[in-house]
Amino acid sequence: MKKRRNKPLPAPAEWSFELIDAYHREIARVAEMHGLDTYPNQIEVITSEQMMDAYASVGMPVNYHHWSFGKHFLSTEKGYRRGQMGLAYEIVINSNPCIAYLMEENTMTMQALVIAHAAYGHNSFFKGNYLFRTWTNADAIIDYLVFARSYITQCEERYGEEEVELLLDSCHALMNVGVDRYKRPPKLSLEKEQLRQHEREEYLQSQVNDLWRTLPPHDVKPSEVQAVRFPPEPEENVLYFFEKHAPLLEPWQREVVRIVRKIAQYFFPQRQTQVMNEGWATFWHYTLLNTLYDEGLLTDSFMMEFLHSHTNVVMQPPYNSKWYSGINPYALGFAMWSDIRRICEHPTEEDYRWFPDIAGGNWHEVFDFAMRSFKDESFIAQFLSPKLIRDFKLFAVLDDDRNQKLHVTAIHDEAGYRAIREKLSDQYNIGSREPSIQVWNVDLRGDRSLTLRHHAYHRRPIGEGMDEVLRHVARLWGFNVRLETQHEDGRVEPLREMRFERRQPRAA
Amino acid sequence: MVRIIDRRFDSKNKSAVNRQRFFRRFKQQIRKAVADAIDGRSIRDVDNGESVSIPTKDISEPQFGLGRGGEWETVFSGNDQFAAGDEVDRPIGGAGGSGKGKASNEGEGEDDFVFQLSREEFLDVFFDDLALPNLVKTQLAAIPEYKLQRAGFTSSGTPANINIVRSLRGALGRRLALGSPYSAQLREALDKLDTLRKTRPDTDPEVEALLEEIATLRAKIEGIPFIDKVDLRYNNRIRVPKPSTRAVMFCVMDVSGSMDEEKKATAKRFFMLLYLFLTRNYEKIEVVFIRHHTVAKEVDEEDFFHSRESGGTVVSSALELMNDIIQERYATNLWNIYGAQASDGDNWENDSPRCRELLADNILPFVQHFAYIEITPGEPQNLWREYEKLQGSHSNFAMQRIESLANIYPVFRELFKKSSV
Repeated sequence: MKKRRNKPLPAPAEWSFELIDAYHREIARVAEMHGLDTYPNQIEVITSEQMMDAYASVGMPVNYHHWSFGKHFLSTEKGYRRGQMGLAYEIVINSNPCIAYLMEENTMTMQALVIAHAAYGHNSFFKGNYLFRTWTNADAIIDYLVFARSYITQCEERYGEEEVELLLDSCHALMNVGVDRYKRPPKLSLEKEQLRQHEREEYLQSQVNDLWRTLPPHDVKPSEVQAVRFPPEPEENVLYFFEKHAPLLEPWQREVVRIVRKIAQYFFPQRQTQVMNEGWATFWHYTLLNTLYDEGLLTDSFMMEFLHSHTNVVMQPPYNSKWYSGINPYALGFAMWSDIRRICEHPTEEDYRWFPDIAGGNWHEVFDFAMRSFKDESFIAQFLSPKLIRDFKLFAVLDDDRNQKLHVTAIHDEAGYRAIREKLSDQYNIGSREPSIQVWNVDLRGDRSLTLRHHAYHRRPIGEGMDEVLRHVARLWGFNVRLETQHEDGRVEPLREMRFERRQPRAA
Repeated sequence: MVRIIDRRFDSKNKSAVNRQRFFRRFKQQIRKAVADAIDGRSIRDVDNGESVSIPTKDISEPQFGLGRGGEWETVFSGNDQFAAGDEVDRPIGGAGGSGKGKASNEGEGEDDFVFQLSREEFLDVFFDDLALPNLVKTQLAAIPEYKLQRAGFTSSGTPANINIVRSLRGALGRRLALGSPYSAQLREALDKLDTLRKTRPDTDPEVEALLEEIATLRAKIEGIPFIDKVDLRYNNRIRVPKPSTRAVMFCVMDVSGSMDEEKKATAKRFFMLLYLFLTRNYEKIEVVFIRHHTVAKEVDEEDFFHSRESGGTVVSSALELMNDIIQERYATNLWNIYGAQASDGDNWENDSPRCRELLADNILPFVQHFAYIEITPGEPQNLWREYEKLQGSHSNFAMQRIESLANIYPVFRELFKKSSV
């Protein structure tokens, strides 16, 4: 055991602002020692009720009003009041400065854990990871949300709450298919948004009208007509397509579609980096606090409490346990980051074979590179080691609805490592977790109906709720909407048709 | 650089707007749930919140997701028995391991969505049904005013409320109690000194030792604090609701065969509203339930609403019973008496004039207000025609035919007019 030189920080159960400050200073010092690059921190102490408020508005400090947030609040409140669930210890917002919430009820140990986890772990990930860097703009998000809320409030005053609510319902239904999965979006900026919003309002509408006005006259031969497709390329971002091309939306409605789309896009990186991000934050709170302990700054009782909650977080129950609900992203992420450090520091012969680039390397450099350049899918494909597969005793099971039985395809042995790594990586690919639906065609010359195409992956069908969503699509589009599935063998099968006539009958 | 901000005292109701929107949107479902709740509630219990459940599928937020079917190749942890190539029955791992791909098992909860309505929200929905004007709603929903009243003393409070006499009395008692062993020793020592002094000089070592002991004892007694925290007594004041009179409410209802459940539910709303009104004006309210068919009987609330009888109807029997109870238990100068009668108007033909007489002579002179509601969709019945004759001559009598719940309110107009005088 190392010699304790320093006087440990006091660790009472009750926290105080002075103590938070003292702990934060030490954690910040060690974080810098490890080379973590973060946004400036803003630590806010809130009550459990405020935590529930924050929950309800998807963690954001400002958001527009919508009944669905009220619903989330009610269910959180119920769960919390009855003691069925604890609130998360922390919420952290990808903004600059990075806002981390500490809950009043937490003990001093938990506050220190949260500071290390959120204010240094998540914060550095938000700042470094390529997805967050290119898809979100931490400087502008709070401003943008303020803009969004006041804009939507204005719309409610002008056009009625109900009208706006219906529109938001429809947009929310399409949030999952309202993101650019592969294209890089331009950066958000408040000034630019406001400057361009008025312009866009006037200008876009005329653009759209132009689109319809320039339709070829009716005497064009049908065969030529068939050749023109709109959109020329399939569009994966359905909300974007509606914002730009839905024929009947008012300018303010396009703006609301845009707001929902922007917010969906902002959260998209979080959905793609769950394992990495949580694992990263967990690894760092573990490492930072242990470093402090080695320096003699933390008491034994502090460490006991800390380790107790840390082990709870990174527990992975086996598949046949009552508590099993899939692979725990905290457990997997923490194990992978710790394993990368091990591979760098104490590589085995196997590691040299599997990871010639990093085995025996400088772990700080490898960490920095990995954190910046990957998302869950590629991170697992790149760094899941045979040792971890053995430790977790991972095995892959094929559930094919054409077969009577399930089929175990690979287990944690020499023959199965690569297969398991591939399957697990695919499991974190949003493209295979969620249906891929694209705007395929608009019947410009006919009934203006819209066709969405679903590309089936491994014959997985679209789940229930499809009709509801299509009703929303029809409401936004204003004309009939069709949904079809393209199977992997190229066969196209029509699924649903939703009729909709939005235009009010004109007074004679 | 770090900023630590204490936000605990910022507004905590950020979600209030969203909550309201949720209620507005699912008004229909919530109304239905509240209506069910009212049917299951006691009249006296109308003034509380309620937990309400509405079907999850009504409030779902749909998204495109993947359903079951097709091929799912899933990685599980904790392999304890499988080798590559094994065939296994569905589902793997029993009940726990139902994870066939995340998308398919999300959002499937069959349970209802349950949440808590606060008292205000509950009353809001309750009033909504009854078409009350806003002013009345606020009158009813308002918490009654309180006045502060002395209620003895407590051992904690604000310095402004310290009761000096009580505190010092306590201090004195404590000093006496704590000092008494020393005082006894002191008295003993003084006596001894007196006797010694008579025989010995002051320089005698024994006398000196005694003097020293006396000094120590005096110091000890003085060392007891003059006043201590435990001595402090504070004037205690409690809040009591302002209305300070008593009222009794008679609920009279026809339970003959022709009163079906629906009519009874309407009547119940009527009684509840009356009760709620009375709670705003009176501190203590007793409720007497009288049900009748051919004979009348005083019953408890459970029986009142839920037991069913059949046969003919003699309304006068109930009025007679009410009269008896008033004479017996509620001397009119002490009690404010309210009567509420609900019926479908069916009465034995010859009995109706008798009812009118009973009301006019024996009941109306003693009661603050008597309200009659006839719950019938059709033509007014004979009881109604008889009662109509009372309307002009008695200002404390109101009657109303009710087809839907919204008709209940006009009866209360009468009451509220009175209360504002």
